[in-house]
Amino acid sequence: MIEVQRLRKTFNKGKVVAVDEVSFSARDGQITGLLGPNGAGKTTTLRMLYTLLSPDSGQMRIDGIDPAAEPLKVKQALGVVPDSRGLYDRLSARENIRYYGRLQGLAKADIAERIERLADVLDMHEFIDRKTNGFSQGQRVKVAIARALIHEPRTVLLDEPTNGLDVMTTRALRGFLQQLKAEGRCVVLSTHIMQEVAALCDRIVIIAKGRVMAEGTADELLRRSGRDNLEDAFVQLIGSDEGLLA
Amino acid sequence: MMSVFAKEVLDNFRDRRVILNTLILGPLLGPVIFTVMISFMTSQATERMESALELPVIGAENAPALIGFLEREGVIIEAPPEDPEGAVKREEEEIILRIPADFGAAWRAGQPAPLELIADQSLRYTGTTISRVRGYLNGYASQISQARLQLRGVHPEITRPLQVSVVDLSTPESRGGMLLAFLPYFIMITVFMGSMHMAIDTTAGERERKSLEPLLINPLPRWQIMAGKLLATTLFALMTLALGLVAFVLAMGFLPTADMDMALNLDFRVAALAFILVAPVALLAAALLTILASFAKSFREAQSYMGMVILVPMIPSFWIMIDPTRTETWMTLVPLLSQNVLILGLVRGEPLNMAWLAMSIGSTTVLALLLAAIAGTLYNRPKLIFTSD
Repeated sequence: MIEVQRLRKTFNKGKVVAVDEVSFSARDGQITGLLGPNGAGKTTTLRMLYTLLSPDSGQMRIDGIDPAAEPLKVKQALGVVPDSRGLYDRLSARENIRYYGRLQGLAKADIAERIERLADVLDMHEFIDRKTNGFSQGQRVKVAIARALIHEPRTVLLDEPTNGLDVMTTRALRGFLQQLKAEGRCVVLSTHIMQEVAALCDRIVIIAKGRVMAEGTADELLRRSGRDNLEDAFVQLIGSDEGLLA
Repeated sequence: MMSVFAKEVLDNFRDRRVILNTLILGPLLGPVIFTVMISFMTSQATERMESALELPVIGAENAPALIGFLEREGVIIEAPPEDPEGAVKREEEEIILRIPADFGAAWRAGQPAPLELIADQSLRYTGTTISRVRGYLNGYASQISQARLQLRGVHPEITRPLQVSVVDLSTPESRGGMLLAFLPYFIMITVFMGSMHMAIDTTAGERERKSLEPLLINPLPRWQIMAGKLLATTLFALMTLALGLVAFVLAMGFLPTADMDMALNLDFRVAALAFILVAPVALLAAALLTILASFAKSFREAQSYMGMVILVPMIPSFWIMIDPTRTETWMTLVPLLSQNVLILGLVRGEPLNMAWLAMSIGSTTVLALLLAAIAGTLYNRPKLIFTSD
């Protein structure tokens, strides 16, 4: 459960407003999509949630925990797949995941067991013991997801998870996210791809120029914009088609 | 913290570049350069002192008695080149003696007879040769002046109001120490070499790989992540230092110490003391290089900063070369300088002053911890985390 209220973040001493009074909520057992063109402030919002940036003003709660007050507790509650998925090239996929398990403070036996389970679910057995330097984008994302979920977090944040993935891997990833949702987790993903939210998300938060333009289910958004397809609704709601094609 | 440490060590042991740079080239570089340098210097020096002096003479016919004296002393008199000044400038000849045509006239008149030595004094090795020639000429001059005085019935001793002799208290070890002035530098550079690659890989490398942001999302305080990285870097620095010292001890066996008339007091006992002495520098180097590398966005950028830092341990070594005063207490409080003077003391075979050792280790550790603490705060700055913005 994530609640964000009037979150604001500026850079360059207030000259650039990246996130402007953003409010939204994301519930457990649902997939919430942050949809918006590139540079809309999605990544900045997520970075504030996972405490790498601190907001200028506003309130955040993740399962009732304030990230600003208890950053370590929030980081335990969150599983994050950030925009940068840097893996350690000289370590195998298993070692990469194990490292994060250790950093989460898990016991060795638990880590080994969970890696096996994640390897099953994400279909990683073929490359789990190979060094990651020759990995494809899809394999890298799988490792990044596995290491983000090694501590079985209740809330999962994914920044542009399907970036650079082929169709098959994207399908598999969507299936996996549905599974997380079915387990009752709160899943938040950011994306600039309409089809993704349409296919996946229970709730959609449209962000443009640092502001929330609309929030609701796909049907609600269609009704509000008076259009009959989501793409037109999106353009209508953010007021331009800038950044959509990227 | 220990997880970060263990991972960085494992990660970097997998990297062949690290092993090559840090654990093989790093420790070997110093001893090899040093040994080659010292052997070259001593062999040159002995060669110059012992080989017969070849001396081109212009106008040898103007002073046949002088030439005869020189030849009796073993100097090989040679015909002068066409263009004496040019030959010296082109370094074809080191030194040429010119006996002017009016030599004979001045000699007979009992006035000082002119002689010219043509040489380029800016060439370092020429000094030895000039003083050898001067030595022969002075020998001849004093022989003649004594003969002249005796002829006039004056006791020659009357022209020697002073008899100066130097009582040389230097031990073979202390003479070795003079040649070894650069040994501390070579020892300390191994520490910097050893931590350099690791410091870059764990910070700038992490940013370049874009693995820093995910790493910091893990629930442990940022200073602990940094501390783990620093520990791993320090470990590599210490390994390089240990290997470097062993290499030095072994390299000493190749030095022509017998020819140098000096002993180098660098056995495994001294090496162990030097290790304890320099160990705090490992943390100092690791912290300093880590701070610098943290500001770089890429491996390459970090490497360009490192070039400058390598010069830092050189400063005290140069200073001691230029101004070799005796060790004073304040020196042992200055990190890098203190290691320099104390290592020099050790290889000179002087007894180790425990208070000085403690002060050196203490002051260096304090500075190192201070830098480490600064490094620990670095990941609180968003600028140093994100690669893109």
